[in-house]
Amino acid sequence: MAAPDAGTSVVRPAAVSARGWGWRHAGRSTPAIRGLDLEIGPGERVLLLGPSGAGKSTLLHALAGVLGDEEDDADETGALLVDGVAPRGQRGRSGLMQQDPETQVVLSRLGDDVAFGAENLAVPRDEIWRRVHEALDDVGLRRASAAEGAGGLPLDHPTSALSGGQKQRLALAGILAMRPGLILLDEPTANLDPAGVLEVRDAVGRCLDKTGATLVVVEHRVSVWKGLVDRIVVLQPGSAADPAVLLDGPPDQVLAEARDILMAAGVWVPGYVPATRVRSTAGSGGLLLAAEGLAVSRERPHRRGLKSIPPVPVLQGISAQVRAGQALTVTGPNGAGKSTFALTLAGLLAPVDGKVSATVELSGGAGIDPYKWKADQLISRIGTVFQEPEHQFVTGRVLDELMFGPRHLGHGEERVDELVERLRLTHLVDANPYTLSGGEKRRLSVATVLAAHPRVLVLDEPTFGQDANTWAELASFLSELLDAGTAVVSVTHDQEFSAVLGGTELRLDPASRDGDRLEAGAA
Amino acid sequence: MTTAAIKKTSNTWRVVDIVVAALIAIAGGVIFWAWSQGAGIVSTPMNAVYPPLTGLIAGGWMIPAVLGMLIIRKPGAAIFCETVAATGELIMGSQYGATVLISGVLQGLGAELVFFLLVYGHFKFKSFLFQKYNLIAALLAGAGAGLFCGINDAFLPWGWNIAYEAGDKLVYIVFCAVSGAIIAGVLSWIATRGLAKTGVLSSFASRKAGTEPVFN
Amino acid sequence: MRAALNLRGNHALLTRANPLAKFAAVFLITLVLALSIDWVSATTALVAELALFPLAGLTLRLLWQRAWPLILAAALGGWSTSIVAADAGAVLLDVGIWSISEGSLQLGLGFMLRGLAIALPAILLMTCTDPTDLADALAQKARLPHRFVLGTLASMRLVGLMAEEWQTIGMARRARGVGSQGSPLQRMRATLGQSFGLLVQAIRRASRLAVTMEARGFGGGPRTWARESTYSMLDAWVLLGGLVIAVAAVLAAVGLGTWSFVWR
Ligand SMILES: Nc1ncnc2c1ncn2[C@@H]1O[C@H](COP(=O)(O)OP(=O)(O)OP(=O)(O)O)[C@@H](O)[C@H]1O
Ligand SMILES: Nc1ncnc2c1ncn2[C@@H]1O[C@H](COP(=O)(O)OP(=O)(O)OP(=O)(O)O)[C@@H](O)[C@H]1O
Ligand SMILES: [Mg+2]
Ligand SMILES: [Mg+2]
Repeated sequence: MAAPDAGTSVVRPAAVSARGWGWRHAGRSTPAIRGLDLEIGPGERVLLLGPSGAGKSTLLHALAGVLGDEEDDADETGALLVDGVAPRGQRGRSGLMQQDPETQVVLSRLGDDVAFGAENLAVPRDEIWRRVHEALDDVGLRRASAAEGAGGLPLDHPTSALSGGQKQRLALAGILAMRPGLILLDEPTANLDPAGVLEVRDAVGRCLDKTGATLVVVEHRVSVWKGLVDRIVVLQPGSAADPAVLLDGPPDQVLAEARDILMAAGVWVPGYVPATRVRSTAGSGGLLLAAEGLAVSRERPHRRGLKSIPPVPVLQGISAQVRAGQALTVTGPNGAGKSTFALTLAGLLAPVDGKVSATVELSGGAGIDPYKWKADQLISRIGTVFQEPEHQFVTGRVLDELMFGPRHLGHGEERVDELVERLRLTHLVDANPYTLSGGEKRRLSVATVLAAHPRVLVLDEPTFGQDANTWAELASFLSELLDAGTAVVSVTHDQEFSAVLGGTELRLDPASRDGDRLEAGAA
Repeated sequence: MTTAAIKKTSNTWRVVDIVVAALIAIAGGVIFWAWSQGAGIVSTPMNAVYPPLTGLIAGGWMIPAVLGMLIIRKPGAAIFCETVAATGELIMGSQYGATVLISGVLQGLGAELVFFLLVYGHFKFKSFLFQKYNLIAALLAGAGAGLFCGINDAFLPWGWNIAYEAGDKLVYIVFCAVSGAIIAGVLSWIATRGLAKTGVLSSFASRKAGTEPVFN
Repeated sequence: MRAALNLRGNHALLTRANPLAKFAAVFLITLVLALSIDWVSATTALVAELALFPLAGLTLRLLWQRAWPLILAAALGGWSTSIVAADAGAVLLDVGIWSISEGSLQLGLGFMLRGLAIALPAILLMTCTDPTDLADALAQKARLPHRFVLGTLASMRLVGLMAEEWQTIGMARRARGVGSQGSPLQRMRATLGQSFGLLVQAIRRASRLAVTMEARGFGGGPRTWARESTYSMLDAWVLLGGLVIAVAAVLAAVGLGTWSFVWR
């Protein structure tokens, strides 16, 4: 491992073999995955599918050799081998990209971060920089000297000043510079706008064509990756079913022959939108919340002497209306300021300019400005689900988490059971919220807010990382709430989702604005 | 074939130990810095009345040493965390200049020695051996760190209180040790229990700290 | 808060010196000044240090923004020393436990100036030293264990992020019904709760970051360094500069007869 390939991009693709492999996480009574039999040949490109909680992330971590360790209270069964050897002992053979892009960045300068992996593998200095430049080129984060001009970033560019999509490409570059034989990507395009998704996918494709490495990618949306992979493996629905693999074969064959099974398992088969409940009313349309000429920013005004200087807004001149029983969808590219707008609308951030006002129907005497409401006044009126679910967890147990809002308010505890059932959290009520899988966390954060029964729901990316069945359940549930008179504001890149909810769309796009006002919700 | 993972605690530091320990320490350093900025409000009246009283708030500076050890439970954790915390304070701009590093190492050493004697040491006198990270160990470690802090401040050339009269020095040192025991010892112990209950410590030897007995 | 950690885009001369050389120079000045409490050596060093600030890319304005708490702290230190130090000479003020004499006042003044002269070089050092370069030097030149140095560097970045996340966590908690309004006591409880939430989040992130680092091969055997930490002629000048300041301070104090050793 310490001997680097002499200056060229020769990569020896890795083989994976699992025989009856299973894993139980510390603190869990049942295994996350069990009875996995899987052979992946060198250079194969596999798309790994399966419902949320099926153990996909667990498998990728195990392949990367970073799952548990000698001090952990976990259990392993069977054998999982990379090139015939246990993965733990051969770090550097595989490169893993985890679900959370923020923790993919290790160092604070772009070039250093890409070089980090290669340094750890004791690659000689000249070779490291060759690899760094090559990897940055490959993922499209070209360095400034590459004469490409505007798109390039210098090697000492601070990694904290990158957009979500750039961070994901940076993580990919860091992996490529290690020249791994096995590339493991866990939802590499979650949270990216549609253009960003294609960019990252194409970057992966280019790199694979060049190096011939083996690929295992986990992603819920099949259509994006179908053309790039040569095999699809589907894990069983239901945590830890034995055997773990439900289907296995070339993409076209799997998609054609087993379409029904896949759909039943909650896989996003191309061209399939799961059936959802149809709305029965159009909503009363009573105005609940209105934004006028809103300018938003996360930064607070800073003081210079006695003066208070307002921050430069990310977006300005936004007007929108939120009406009972109607949906408002906020769309736009990454970094446009969608989340910032949603937080301002929900009374969590103070507007830089303009105002958010609640009508009497919503405020019920609490005052016109939601930002001034007390926290418990707020949650029964406007419920907000954050983009990052972990931010909202305040207890150590799923059930306490769900009961938290109702207990605070003194009513609504009976609703919790239904929520747990419908959002498929029944088997997790005693688990620690932070140990849930990506999709489970997302569902929990939606459920906690719904439990307080707010009149207005503000959801930031409610559907990312969800399998099709959960997606349909969530969409149906929201449509019921809409019929019951709740207003739903959702920030989303998911077009099918906005189509199901109907209502108006507010597109926030700083690039195409040219100074005119952004308006929506007047319909 | 079933291979149950071996559940033993080794004395070598894993990557996760290092990163989390450093995080606690730097966060501590930033808090000190904020604390020193705000401490003026508390320490001005203390200074005005009787300067050695400031020893009573010194314990805040020793939290990383005790907290780090209670969480990581590896030899060297107290020294490492306190030194890194001092580095963090230095980076933010410390009123003690570069000497803050020396103070950090010494305070860490004070706590580390107590842990060495009481908890992980192979000491002859069994009665001193708790072998447990309980409240007593935390209190004594806090006091140890405070003692070293007081000695450093009162007797070493760069010490803040080097020019005090002997009696005042003694009072100051005692105050430091008391404050170390209470602020650093008790608070860290409570914080560790709270953290363990949230499940964040699941990969550390302290994962069950939330339910450990208080005294034995 | 991020801006307070280092000066981004600082290209001043001293940023190019090796952090270890700068550290050595600062320690030399600090330790020599620590040996005596007198206003002459402290003032000499202070003047020399102030003259060096442009070389570190620090303007007077920035210096003031950062240094005023230190000046306050130094003044407090001086005050407490003058009332607690052993009395000598004529007593100027004597109210119960407080007593200030000529000797103790002089001591207090010297103490205050010395405090400033010790604090400033550290500020100077840190404004012109990037944490990444410092880590490189510590691991490559000072031969500290690289796992600890790099692990610390990585979590330092995380702490910067967490400071930015403070506000987000506050909002998220408010959205769950945990408010930060009300009586001072309620507010303090809310702030404590939020700090705890932030700490939990930070430890989570750190654990996951450790996984990322391990997945990139960190933690195993020997490693190479993409950027070599080197010494240059500049470092010799930095060391010489430190030495000159230290010696000048001592000579001035001894020459004027104010040198007073701490352990008398
Ligand atoms: N660190 C952990 N500790 C305890 N349980 C865990 C941990 N990580 C995952 N689990 C549990 O293991 C199961 C499988 O999780 P995993 O993250 O592998 O699912 P996944 O297939 O990636 O799902 P998703 O599509 O939602 O990301 C889940 O029930 C999850 O709650
Ligand atoms: N905590 C923060 N503090 C300061 N600025 C931030 C913060 N979070 C985001 N920003 C900046 O505010 C701008 C808008 O961010 P926002 O999160 O609202 O975008 P978004 O449209 O929701 O993007 P995405 O689709 O990636 O979620 C971005 O330029 C971002 O860099
Ligand atoms: Mg997952
Ligand atoms: Mg967003």
